[in-house]
Parts: sequence; C-alpha cells; structure tokens
Amino acid sequence: MKSRTDSRKFKTMSRRELLKLTPVLALGAFAIPQLQKPLLKGGLAFSDWASARLFRSGHLAPTFADSDLTSFEKFPINGYDVDDPGVDFDKWTLTVSGAVQKPGDYTLAQVQALAKVTQNTRHVCVEGWDVIGRFGGARLSDFLKMVGADPTARFVSVQCADDYYESLDMATAMHPQSLLCYEMYGQPLTREHGAPLRLSIPTKIGYKQAKYVTDLKVSHVLEKVGYWEDQGYSEFYGL
Amino acid sequence: MATRAIAIEDVKTGEVTQAVYEHPFVVRLCHWVNAVSLFVMMGSGFQIFRAFPSFGAKIPQKDLLDWPKSLALGGWLGGALQWHLTFVWIYIATGLVYLGYQIFSGNYKQVFFVRRDLPGVWPMVRHYFFFGAKPLTKEAYNPLQKHAYTSAIGLGVLSALTGLAIWKPVQFSWLAWMMGGFHLARLWHFLIMWAMLVFVFGHLVMVLLHGWNNFVSMWTGWKKDPEYDSE
Repeated sequence: MKSRTDSRKFKTMSRRELLKLTPVLALGAFAIPQLQKPLLKGGLAFSDWASARLFRSGHLAPTFADSDLTSFEKFPINGYDVDDPGVDFDKWTLTVSGAVQKPGDYTLAQVQALAKVTQNTRHVCVEGWDVIGRFGGARLSDFLKMVGADPTARFVSVQCADDYYESLDMATAMHPQSLLCYEMYGQPLTREHGAPLRLSIPTKIGYKQAKYVTDLKVSHVLEKVGYWEDQGYSEFYGL
Repeated sequence: MATRAIAIEDVKTGEVTQAVYEHPFVVRLCHWVNAVSLFVMMGSGFQIFRAFPSFGAKIPQKDLLDWPKSLALGGWLGGALQWHLTFVWIYIATGLVYLGYQIFSGNYKQVFFVRRDLPGVWPMVRHYFFFGAKPLTKEAYNPLQKHAYTSAIGLGVLSALTGLAIWKPVQFSWLAWMMGGFHLARLWHFLIMWAMLVFVFGHLVMVLLHGWNNFVSMWTGWKKDPEYDSE
C-alpha cells in the first residue's frame, strides 16, 4: 500500500531533500579567485604528503634490458636555460656544505673512486614522455657517507652551473638507485646531458634530476625547493 | 527491490499523482560532487595532455592532435597539474563513499547490471535508436541504463587505477606492469577518459529527452509520475 500525502507536504519534503545537497556548493570556493590559489596549493601539498608516505626506501625502480634502451640520439636534452653552461672541466669541483663532517671541494676523481653503479632505468618527464637510459655513477648515499653527512638531516640540495637548483628528501637521496651520475650509455657525460656531474634518480620525476651540479648542501631546513617547484610544480614528485 | 512510493493529492484540485523515491541522499551527493570533479579532471587532463600530445617517442615527436587551449583547464602544465592533483582526491573519496554506500545499503541492486538484465538490452536499444516500442519496466533503471551506469562506474575505477600507474610507476610498478608499462598506462588513461566522455554525452542527451521530473529527481530524490509501476 502506498502512503498518501498532499502536494504542500510533498513540496516541503522535496525542498528539504534539495537543501541537504548544499555541501556541494562548497566546491564553488575553487571558482573564487582569492581562494583558488591557496586551495590548489593545499591540494598539491596533500598530494606531496601522500607521495612521501607512498615512498618505500627498499622498493627499487624497474630496471631494463639493454635491448629496451632508448638510443642515445633519441634521449631528449631538456635544458631550462642553455644546453652548455660552459663548465671548465679542469677547474670543476663539487662544493659540499651544510650538515656534513667534511665540507669542502671534491674532485670528479673522488666521486669516481666510489663504487660504480650502472643501471638501465626509466626517465619520466613531467610533460608526459618517457625514455629508458643507461646511467653510470656513484651512489649518492656512498658520497654522503664519505663526506660525513648528518644522518638526521632532512634534505640534500644542489646548485647547478646554469643557475638551476634542486633538492631531494633524505630518504630519496639515500635510495640505492640514486646516483651522482658521470656516465650515460657507457660514455662520460656530454655537455648537453650535464657534464661533468648530474643526478640520476629513477624514483623521481625528470626535473628533479639536475645537470651540471656544482654545489651540494645537506640541511635540516630547506631554503628553496627547486626551480620548477618554485614555479608551482610538485615538490616531492616521487614516481 | 522495494522502492518507497507515495501518492500525492493536490490541495487545490484533489488530483492524485504518484511519486517514487529513486535516489538516496548519498547517491545524489556523490553524483553532483563527481560531476564537478569529472569536469575538472577532464579539463585539466586536456591541459596536461597538451604538454606532450603524443603517445609515441619524444624524438621525433608526432603530435596526435592539437587540443584547443580554450577547452582546457589550468592555463599551463603546472597549473593543470595542481587542479588534477587536488581534485583527484575529491574524485577518489567520492568514488569510495559511493561504492561503500551502494554495497552496504544494498542500493547497488538498482544500478548493477547482472545477467538477467541481458535480454532487456536489445529491446531498449531498438526503442532508442530504431523507433521500436518502449519496453515495459518495473524498475527505476531499464537494462540499458543499468549497463551504461555499471560501465561508467567501471570506467571510473579504471581511470583511477591507470592514473595511479602514471603518477607512481615506481611505487606501483606492478600496476604499471599490468598495464603494459608506464607508456601504455598513459594511453589507457587517455582512452578511458574518452570512453567516459562518450558516456557523459549519452547521459546528457538522455536527461534532455526524459524531461523535468526526471531531472528534478536527481536533486530531491523524488520522481513524480514515474514511467514505471513500482509495485
């Protein structure tokens, strides 16, 4: 049996049901210019927080067979300013500072004296393309141990010869696949790919993998995150 | 399943109309929040796609299409990613609340396409596309409708999973592997979006065809003068 009601009561009932949906209007906050920026910033920050939570130190990025490699000629050169910032290889050193026991200038030979790792890993660009390259270098974690980095420090930031700058969270810096890279495809880095030293971090997006690195700083607080991050891109962007 | 039905007597004319409570509150709430999220996800997705409108190699790059900037949201890649990575959480939360509610309340029976709905699909297709007679239904949704909604929900789940594989191809390497790698996952994500867009288009056409009472029911839950007998 159907229950009965009159049209007035039905109207009230319908209106009450409609009003229950008012929380949907809260999404309209995204259309208000003054609120849009902070809301999206918050959303991105939440994504970065989730990213950091999803990162597992022991989980390795997939590695690939030599037959899967993108040919060296087809490995894109993404520079933010110039392809060759004119680094003088004879004078180049890696200047280490911050929360380390042995700050100072390190030569390429000192980096190359550390155990060498060669790996075929995927390089993913934020634009959407991806390539598989062969990277050789020293583990960043080995280098950090060598300079006596404070294990409780939270960040490793780098400065580059072309004014680019980047930073990594300590967990990612200590990941066994994170490299101070001086070789690609079994050859010394070319100038376009960041000679003499670049980062190769297969657990991070491309823009985190800075080229022409000249300075490395270990710190508890981050002064600036990175060139693209400061334009509004994700700060953690772990893959 | 038993749908709540009432008879409404007009206070002036004494005329009696039927009404059924078709859409529970949680379903309506999720529907409208999701409508906004989907709009934002697709709009920002198009802007993200514009940064590399291809599924081939980067060198040489062959663009698939030049999607107009006016039909994209976010203005630039970084801006679009902010929208995408903000609304994805709203999109996923809405999806989880919806699925949880449907399963635990048993309301899924109204939407979920099952085998016994199969014979009813063709008569509905004939009705809509080949001017066939309208088959009688005793439920809120006809078999074709159930098929469409169930598919759309499936596409929603797949869009989230393929998105996760693109966002985290290392942490969820197994997911990316199941999809044939990062590269293909990006293509599936794109194709699923188009399939969803086809659904949205069909859905909007049907809403226009089925009139005011039907549209109102998605806001108030109550549908006046339903085209079917609920008992």
